[in-house]
Amino acid sequence: MIFINVDEKKISCEEGRTLLDVCLENGIYIPNLCHVKGMQTPPASCRMCMVAIDGEKKPAMACTTRVRENMTVMTDTPEIRHLQRTALRLLLSVHDIDCKNCSANKHCELQNLSRFLKVGLKAAPYATLLKETAIDRTHPCLDYYPNRCLLCGKCIHVCRQKNGQSVFTFARRGFKTVISTFGFDNPDVFCGECLACVEICPVGALVVRKDAVNSNQKEEDT
Amino acid sequence: MRVKNPKAVFQEIHDAAAGRRASVEKQAVPTVHLGMATCGIAAGALETKKAFEEAILERGIAAVVHPVGCNGHCYAEPVVVIDHPDSGFSPILYPNVSPGKAKMLVKLFLEEGDPRFEHILGATVENEMIPWVMEFSRFSKETRIVTRLCGQIDPESIDEYILKDGYASLARALEMEPADIRQEIKASGLRGRGGAGFPTGEKWELAAQADGGDKILICNADEGDPGAYMDRTILESNPHQVIEGMAICARAVGAEKGIVYVRAEYPLAVDIVGKAICQARETGLLGDCILGSALHFDIEVFQGSGAFVCGEETALIQSIEGARGMPVYRPPFPVESGLYGLPTVINNVKTLTTVPPIIEKGAEWFRGIGTPGSPGTTVFSVVGEVVHPGLVEISMGVTLRTLIFDICGGIPNQKKFKAVQIGGPSGGCLPEEFLDTPIDFDSLNEAGAMMGSGGMVVMDEDSCVVDVSRYFLDFTQNESCGKCTFCRIGTRHLLDILSRITKGEGSREDLSCLKDLSRAVSEGSLCGLGRTAPNPVMTSLKYFEDEYLAHVDHKKCPGTTCRDLTAFYIDLETCARGCDVCVGCCPVDAIFTTRTRKKGIDQQLCVKCGECKVVCPPEYDAVRRISPAEGVPVVERLDKE
Ligand SMILES: Cc1cc2nc3c(=O)[nH]c(=O)nc-3n(C[C@H](O)[C@H](O)[C@H](O)COP(=O)(O)O)c2cc1C
Ligand code: SF4
Ligand code: SF4
Ligand code: FES
Repeated sequence: MIFINVDEKKISCEEGRTLLDVCLENGIYIPNLCHVKGMQTPPASCRMCMVAIDGEKKPAMACTTRVRENMTVMTDTPEIRHLQRTALRLLLSVHDIDCKNCSANKHCELQNLSRFLKVGLKAAPYATLLKETAIDRTHPCLDYYPNRCLLCGKCIHVCRQKNGQSVFTFARRGFKTVISTFGFDNPDVFCGECLACVEICPVGALVVRKDAVNSNQKEEDT
Repeated sequence: MRVKNPKAVFQEIHDAAAGRRASVEKQAVPTVHLGMATCGIAAGALETKKAFEEAILERGIAAVVHPVGCNGHCYAEPVVVIDHPDSGFSPILYPNVSPGKAKMLVKLFLEEGDPRFEHILGATVENEMIPWVMEFSRFSKETRIVTRLCGQIDPESIDEYILKDGYASLARALEMEPADIRQEIKASGLRGRGGAGFPTGEKWELAAQADGGDKILICNADEGDPGAYMDRTILESNPHQVIEGMAICARAVGAEKGIVYVRAEYPLAVDIVGKAICQARETGLLGDCILGSALHFDIEVFQGSGAFVCGEETALIQSIEGARGMPVYRPPFPVESGLYGLPTVINNVKTLTTVPPIIEKGAEWFRGIGTPGSPGTTVFSVVGEVVHPGLVEISMGVTLRTLIFDICGGIPNQKKFKAVQIGGPSGGCLPEEFLDTPIDFDSLNEAGAMMGSGGMVVMDEDSCVVDVSRYFLDFTQNESCGKCTFCRIGTRHLLDILSRITKGEGSREDLSCLKDLSRAVSEGSLCGLGRTAPNPVMTSLKYFEDEYLAHVDHKKCPGTTCRDLTAFYIDLETCARGCDVCVGCCPVDAIFTTRTRKKGIDQQLCVKCGECKVVCPPEYDAVRRISPAEGVPVVERLDKE
């Protein structure tokens, strides 16, 4: 057991765990979008979980920082909040903000974050940039909404955990990156049964199609 | 196998190579050394080679054409050095040798012994008749360690490298303890030439200490910066020095497997390195029991698909493993857990190429070159508005002024210097005040630029820093891997704002947004690409804020570059009556004749291609470009018939 100091609160924890896990367990909320508890190699891609660590010049990511004896951490400095707000605004600038018609309304991580960080649910000051495809229907029973997706990668992670490999993958590059079923064809994975991806998605980017047939049934049909 | 003395084994190899060369060289005929790297070929070296060979055959002269790599003098490509001992002249360097010139040289010089003084750039050795190239600062102010043999030997012949004492450092290293090699490299102060300047000896030490199975050495030749091509040139001109450096590193850290990661867009480099590896293997300089020692080390070539981000070491590893080329959070660093989880040393081509000379001449010698904080030399590719662009190897600490004005001949056409962008898309844009900054890792960082990969773009008064920033942001936002929020979305907004400003649609709020977002992207991004992507914007905003303001407040582009903010017109004072060279060249027929039989441009039709400015004869030089576009004088048409 070691002690760390977060926002002037002394916390005892096991050495070597991630700062994000420790803080969340101790009731200190740090915004985070791409981390799944217990992840071995966190992607550190959402860049939300920034904290200021004493003695370090630059903000650190809580999900990739391991706790060390006596480390002093601030989660609420103006710089940190400013960077987090910027990240959130950037995500909102590529988001189709239409909460009324979204399946995730009222349990959406973007809504929670905007409340927590006191950022209006709008793209400003940035221009809104949406992708052309509103809904990708290539998956047999799930609809994918590129303009809702945060590209956190959690769906890929849970799918791989459950099925050994993931139905979804990142496709394309840079600003055009999306999640896709891109070339997936493994008859042993009966997609559409576990719905772990739909459950873990922090927004409403993966939705079960109304008249869905899962790939299992589909195979029997043909 | 019995372990033999590496130096003795090397001596045998050396003697065998000398024997083979002697039989080639004993004919003592004139030799035409022709630069045949990608840059030379692009300038027409293949045609020149053919012309030489045909003319030699036709005239029945005894002479040979000897393909060599690139000597870095891009402005003079195709470059030829003719060594014609019987003529009484020292070897002579001829620039810009077209097929016609080649035929002429065969007839007049090779056959008749007249070197045609008007075509000569200089002699490559000191002599009494022809100025020695070392009398020109483009040659004399260079210090060549990495590129010392580039353009002098045939890259496809291992014998030529061996006869220039190549692989002697490997033989020496094989008699040293690995720890002593690492100590020598540490003492030399060598810092990684891949951009960040991490001490190479320290990296090797970490790798040597790391436990966890076989170790891997990767030579990073991804080289994705626009405008940078020194790694390609080295691989194409002298691949064996890279291989030798890798083998010495393998001995120092205990690696058995090496990989050269080259982008597939460098087909000639891939080909030449592949051949060089085979030759080294056949000669016993790679593979099992190298030079009879206990070292087992072999190299393979991996062709990357040419993403800029794959030059970043963690993304490079992902890409070799077959995954998406996306950077991964560090630590663990590759030296602890890299390719397939094995300890992996990743070094740049230039870093590894510097190793053999250090082993040969010692750390002390190396520290004597460059600055205390950055010993040695650095290779820059200087492009843009300079008289002698090309590859230049200078010792660290040389100032920007010396590099741009003395070595590269300054700015052409009597224009004024405006700025220099150093370090490619991750670097910064520095104004005149910084011309006396010494070129080394720390001074450049301090100025807000960075060494980066060694790309340098020189801009004169007619270029626009906003447009240059836009160009680099366009590159980085295209090359972002898309993984993390700030880089994926932030660089796109930065690009959009810059594009707006160059179109005259920017506002003061856009400028503060640029500043704020640039800082956020550089602080928040995961890897070096995103962290450095805003550098061109941040530095140009800092040093050229007035230019941004001119775009925003007055819709004026001070460098008269931004298309939407400029207009072309014809100065009636200097336009020649009755000349109509420009009329035919205009793609949209925007040029008309005025009542005085001079020319005018119809602003409604003009697409601002600038063709008329190019073709207007220099004695009139009547086409002007003006900004803001509203300032363009009104010229009336001749009444329509
Ligand atoms: C976006 C990005 C691109 C890079 N591209 C290259 C490259 O093309 N070549 C290279 O040697 N290093 C490149 N690097 C640096 C490598 O990550 C690594 O630091 C380097 O290869 C280490 O070699 P060195 O110690 O010899 O400098 C790049 C880094 C980043 C962040
Ligand atoms: S679909 Fe949902 S879980 Fe998957 S990457 Fe997008 S936001 Fe994350
Ligand atoms: S900074 Fe850019 S290139 Fe690097 S991981 Fe993030 S998105 Fe990818
Ligand atoms: S939770 Fe740490 S970067 Fe996403």
